[in-house]
Amino acid sequence: MTVTVRIPTPLRKLTAGADEVSIEGATIGAMIDNLEAAHAGLKERLCDESGEIRRFVNVYLNDEDVRFLNGRDTELKDGDEVSIVPAIAGGK
Amino acid sequence: MSESIVRALKCRECGQEYDIQPTHVCEFCFGPLEVVYDYEKLEGKLTRELIESRPQNMWRYKELLPIDGEPKVGANNGFTPLIRADRLAEALGVKELYIKNDSVCYPTLSFKDRVVSVALSKAVEFGFKTVACASTGNLAGSVAANAAAAGLESYVFIPEDLEQGKVLGAGIFGTNMIGIKGQYDDVNRLCSEIAGKYGWAFVNVNVRPFYAEGSKSLGYEMMEQLGWKAPKHVVVPMASGSLCTKVDKSIKEFIKLGLIEDNQTAVYGAQATGCSPIAKSVKDDTDMIHPVKADTIAKSLAIGNPADGFYANRVMKESGGYAEDVSDEEVIAAMKLLAETEGIFAETAGGVTLGCAKKLIESGKIPRDESIVLCITGNGLKTQEAVINEVSKPRVISASLKEFDVLAEADGVASN
Repeated sequence: MTVTVRIPTPLRKLTAGADEVSIEGATIGAMIDNLEAAHAGLKERLCDESGEIRRFVNVYLNDEDVRFLNGRDTELKDGDEVSIVPAIAGGK
Repeated sequence: MSESIVRALKCRECGQEYDIQPTHVCEFCFGPLEVVYDYEKLEGKLTRELIESRPQNMWRYKELLPIDGEPKVGANNGFTPLIRADRLAEALGVKELYIKNDSVCYPTLSFKDRVVSVALSKAVEFGFKTVACASTGNLAGSVAANAAAAGLESYVFIPEDLEQGKVLGAGIFGTNMIGIKGQYDDVNRLCSEIAGKYGWAFVNVNVRPFYAEGSKSLGYEMMEQLGWKAPKHVVVPMASGSLCTKVDKSIKEFIKLGLIEDNQTAVYGAQATGCSPIAKSVKDDTDMIHPVKADTIAKSLAIGNPADGFYANRVMKESGGYAEDVSDEEVIAAMKLLAETEGIFAETAGGVTLGCAKKLIESGKIPRDESIVLCITGNGLKTQEAVINEVSKPRVISASLKEFDVLAEADGVASN
């Protein structure tokens, strides 16, 4: 599966400035591992020591928060769009 | 008093410090950045007398707000009434009750005028020409109005199904209003992405650390108006949870600066049951906030994935407070109770605050014989849809004394 991942500003130093990258992965978890292989350092920003997505990181699959899907085990298909967004925003 | 005591932006998670700049997220751990101050520089300088000598607006506490010198935007904002609510106190069976009434905050009738004036003042300092926000209405109106008055361009992003009063209350100021198909959390996510791409000051995204500090002014006013005293209990509505943390911060700052005695104030958070991720975490005695899909008439509180939920949870636990949530029916009943006992027409969020306070009192979480402040943060004229079918319609008669006499007799009213 090849998906498009949108990279938030704070992480673009790790992607040589790219705001989008194409990456393989059958699940969100596998996709993050492949992101790490391509852009070292990304995984520790996104996941804690146990591999869980950090409290202040939101990952969206085609506009749905993966916490409402199957988290790291959420399956991906070709052409999916994944957004990584810092959770800290808002206040009405 | 011109020297700023602002030290830096500091990550609440890992402690990394950053220079003052328009950013809100730690580069290392994605934790939220918060403005930190060198309070010792203010020791003995910021006195009750100095504050009392200043005009009645939120900038009388300017040393504790993260701006340089004088405010660039919203110079007259804030300083709302704190009223002693004896009729409501009687209805609730408590001894000493106050309402901090931000439903009449200048200029757009919600506490958002406090945060926006700080955010936009900072945006001007940073050199931004366009300001923006993700909003459920109150913030949109406040950004639009304050930007208009300051000559700034503005974009406001709202869920497409907002109350008419809130759409109108932003649109009138000539802002660029974008309705998003989805809920607030969708709007928020989009704005986080837009903020990374366009060079705008998003008040609740990239200038959020400064924005959020504006809420402290509500707490400062509350304490000054109580006669330089903190209440024993304070109840605040929660959406992102930010207000809860900032009221607590305001109290701790006043104690640190020697402006008040420590009164062991307990902070309580109020949510609508249809969107209560923070209240649920407190009731379940965990610090894990599980995002929810919001479903409540209290749209101004409907954040399913609250940014400051974790910290609000901690404030409530550490201060000895608690959280509560109420159904939409209880929200409406509380809006009517507040209106009929105190003459205050609060928006749905005010119904949430009072409804939760009532439950907290009835369950014994808040004792009946100690001072309580309820923070009412928005105006009911903006959420008329919620109560439009709950309020009696006028009884129509001709301009005839006879017809009125009949009506008066039916009401049991005697003429003289």
